[in-house]
Amino acid sequence: MRVDKSEYLIMGAFLLLAGSAFFLPNWLVYLLALALAKALVVQGVVMLMRAGLVSFGQGLYFCIGGYAVGMGGVFLGISDALLLILMGLGCSVILAMVLGLLLTRYREIFFAMLTLAFSMILYGLLVRSHGLGSTDGFNVIRWSILGWTPARGQVGITILWMTLAFGLVIALFLNRYFRSGIGLACEAIRENEVRVEYMGVSRQRVLYINYVIACSIGAIGGSLSALVAGHVDPEMAYWAMSGEFVFIALLGGTGHVAAPFIAAVIFALVRTYAVEHVPNAWQMILGITLLLIILFLPKGIWSLFTRKRRTV
Amino acid sequence: MPNFDAILIDGLIYASWLFLVAAGLTVIYGVMRILNMAHGSFYALGAYTAASMLGWYYAGGSDSSVLLAFLLLIGCAVLVGLVAGLLIERGLLRFMYGRDEILMLIVTYATLLILEDVIKLVWGVNPYFAFQPYVALGRMDLGVLTVARYDLMLVGLAALVGGGLWYWLERTKTGKILRSIIHDREVSAAMGVNVKLMFTITFIVGASLGALAGAFTAPAISVVPGIGIEVIIIAFAVVVIGGLGSISGALVGALIVGLTRAAAVHTVPHLELFIIYAVMAAVLLVRPHGLFGQPVARKI
Amino acid sequence: MAEILKTEGLCRYFGAVTAAENISVSIAAGEVVGVIGANGAGKTTFINMVTGYLPPSAGNIWFNGETIRGLGPRKLTRQGLARSFQIPQLFLELTVMENLLIALNAAENPALSLIQPFRTSGRESQAERILEQMGLGRYRDENVTAMPQGARKLLDIAMAMIGKPRMLLLDEPTSGVSVDEKYPLMDTVMDVVQQQNLTVLFVEHDMEIVRRYVSRILAFAHGEIIGDGTPDEVMNDERVQEQITGRHQGAAAAGGA
Repeated sequence: MRVDKSEYLIMGAFLLLAGSAFFLPNWLVYLLALALAKALVVQGVVMLMRAGLVSFGQGLYFCIGGYAVGMGGVFLGISDALLLILMGLGCSVILAMVLGLLLTRYREIFFAMLTLAFSMILYGLLVRSHGLGSTDGFNVIRWSILGWTPARGQVGITILWMTLAFGLVIALFLNRYFRSGIGLACEAIRENEVRVEYMGVSRQRVLYINYVIACSIGAIGGSLSALVAGHVDPEMAYWAMSGEFVFIALLGGTGHVAAPFIAAVIFALVRTYAVEHVPNAWQMILGITLLLIILFLPKGIWSLFTRKRRTV
Repeated sequence: MPNFDAILIDGLIYASWLFLVAAGLTVIYGVMRILNMAHGSFYALGAYTAASMLGWYYAGGSDSSVLLAFLLLIGCAVLVGLVAGLLIERGLLRFMYGRDEILMLIVTYATLLILEDVIKLVWGVNPYFAFQPYVALGRMDLGVLTVARYDLMLVGLAALVGGGLWYWLERTKTGKILRSIIHDREVSAAMGVNVKLMFTITFIVGASLGALAGAFTAPAISVVPGIGIEVIIIAFAVVVIGGLGSISGALVGALIVGLTRAAAVHTVPHLELFIIYAVMAAVLLVRPHGLFGQPVARKI
Repeated sequence: MAEILKTEGLCRYFGAVTAAENISVSIAAGEVVGVIGANGAGKTTFINMVTGYLPPSAGNIWFNGETIRGLGPRKLTRQGLARSFQIPQLFLELTVMENLLIALNAAENPALSLIQPFRTSGRESQAERILEQMGLGRYRDENVTAMPQGARKLLDIAMAMIGKPRMLLLDEPTSGVSVDEKYPLMDTVMDVVQQQNLTVLFVEHDMEIVRRYVSRILAFAHGEIIGDGTPDEVMNDERVQEQITGRHQGAAAAGGA
C-alpha cells in the first residue's frame, strides 16, 4: 500500500500533538485526551451523516464502551486497558449488528428518533440499576497497559498518547474509507437510493456496514473517555450527550477526516470557559451556534478552509 | 395475580396524558412536515407558567375555586402557545420551509436547547409545586383501587381535546383547508390556499396543545428543569406507533402505550420504560410507517 | 437471433385500475424496439415490471432464458439488465465523474471495497471515454446540479450503459429535452448502442424519433399491446392510429394547455 500526502499530514499532526504533551499543563492534557476520545464518536456521527443519516443516539455506544471498561474492571477484575477497550468494542459490535438490522430500514427523522429512543432505553435501565450506582455511576479501577501501570503523574500523558494512537489508526482508516467504493456509495445513497439499487448495489448492506463501523468507532471513543475520566455514569447515554456529538459533527462538517477532531477540541475549550462563566446559558449558546451554522455554514467550519480554494 | 381492572384504569389515565402530549406533535407534523422537538419545551413552558399562575392564584386566599383554576390553566396554555408559537414560527421556522425534514429536526432541536435555558433563566433551577387543584379534587374509590379525581379529569380533557381536534379538522372551513394541505401542499398553494397563514395557525394550535398538556400536568408533578425532553421522546414513540401526522393514530398509539405500560407497572415494574420502546420497535418491525401511516411511493 | 427477453401474460393492477393486462412479448438479442402509447397506456408500468421496480400481479418474465419474476432492480442489474429513467436519477451533489465512477465500481464488484480507492486511473479513463462519446467532457468535474436537463438525461443513460449491460431499457430518453437537442441526444445514444451491440427497448412519445431509430414497435393502449411489428406495419394499423398516433397529436397539443 502506498502512503499518500494526506496520510503523511495526518501522521504529522498526531505526532506533533503527542510531542506537545510534554509542554502542556496537566488539565489541558486531560481536556485534549477527552476531546479526542469524544471526537471518535463524532467520526461515527459524521460517517452516518455522509450517508444522509443523523443519529441522535450515538451516546448509546459511547456509554456501552465506557461501561464495558468500568464493569470489566470492577466485576471481572480486568485491568489491562487494551483488553477493556476490546471488550467494549465487542459488546458494541454485537449490539450494532442487531440494531442495525432494524435501523437501516429507516431514514431521516425516523432514524434520528429511533436512535434517540434506543439510547434513552439504556439510560433508563442504567438509572435504575442500583448495582451500577444509578445516576451517580461508578469509578473505573486503576488500569495498566501491557503489564505496566503508569504512576500517578504519568496517567494523563499515557492516556493522551493511547487516545492519539487509536485516533491515528482510525483517522488513517477513515481517510481511506471515505475514498473507497463503500465510502462513496454512502454518499450516493444520501443523494439517490433508487439509482444505487439500479447499479446492482445493496443499499441495505452498505448502510449496515457503515452503521456497524460507525458504532464500533464510537464505542472505542467511549472506552477511552472512561479511562480518561476515571468514571462512568448514565449521562453518557443521555440525549444531551448524543446531541453534543451531532453538534460537533455539524460544527466540523463532513468535508475532511480532520474536521471532527478540530471541532471537538474547539468545543471542549469553549465549554470549559462557558460553563465556568455562564453555566445556565451554555445550552442557549449551543442552540444559537447551531442555528448560525445551519444558516451560514451548512458544511461546517471545514468549509471555511475549502471555500478559499474554490474561489481561487 | 395482576388486577385487570386496575391495569385498565391506570392505562386509560396514562393514555389520556400521552394523547394530550402527543396531539400537538402530530398535528404540526401532519400539516407542516416538521417533527417539532421544541414541543417538549412548549410542554415545559406550559407547566412552569401554570405553576407560577396557580401559585399566585392560591396565594389570594381560601375561597379559590377549582373551576377557576382550570380556566386559568387553559389561559396559560393559550398564552404560551400564542407567544412562544408565534415567536418561533414567524421568527425562525418560516425561513427554513421547504428544507429537509431532518434539517428541520435539527433546527427545532436547537430551539429546544435555547428554550431549556430560557426556562432556567426565567424560573431558576429549583422545583415548583402547584398541588392545590390536585389535592382539592381529592381521591375516589373505584373498588379495585382509589384514584385521584384529577387524574380521571385528565381522561375527560383528553376526550375533549380529541373531539375538538376532530371537529376542527373535519367540520370547519379551516380544517378543510388544512386537510387539503396535508393531502398535497403544492396543489393547495396553486389553488390559492394561504399556506403561510395556515402554517402559522397550525403551529400556534400545536404549541398551545403542548402547553396545555404541560399546564394540566403541573399540579400532578414537581416542575423541574428537563421535564420537556422526556416528554418529547415518549410522545414521539406514541405518534410513531400510530403513524406520524395522524390524529386517530396518536389516539390508538396512546392507548396501546398507556395500557402496555400500566400492565408492565402492575406486573414487572422494572421494565416500565423499556416496554414502551419495545412496543414501538415491534410495531415498526411489522408496519414500518406505523399503524395508520402510508408509505409514499417515489415516481421515477 | 436468440431471444433475450420474454414476458408472458404480464398483468398489473393498482386497486381497480388496470395498468397492464396480459402482456406477452419476445425480444431477440440485438433488436432496437420502440414502445409507444398515450399517457397512462402502461408503458412505464411495463418497464418498471421488467426491471423489478414493480412486482407484476400476474404473469412471468424471462431474461436470457431464466425467469426473473420477483427479482428486484439490484439482482436484475447484476444479470445485465440496465435502465435509464424518465426523470434522471443522479447523485446531484457529486461530480459527473464521481457519478460514473460509482457506477463503474458497482459494475466491477457490486459488493464494493472498504479500503480500495474508488478512483483509479483505469476507471477514470473508461469514464472519460464515455463522457467524450456522449459529448459531456466539459462537465467532468462539475456537480450534476450545474448541468442542463439534456445533459443530465445523457448522463443518466451513460450511467446505465457504463456497466456493459446486455440489454438497456430507456424510459422516455427525450422527454424534458428541448426540440433542438432531441436528435443529437438520440444520435449519440444510438451510436454507443451500436458500438456495444446492445439490445434496446425504449419508450418514446415522439413518433418521428421512434420511426427513425427502431426496427420494431410495440404499441400500448389501456394496458394492452395493440400493435407489434415493423414501424410501417404498426403505424399504418387502424387501431394504433385511432388509439395512439391520431390521438397522440391531439394529446400533445392539449398537453400544452
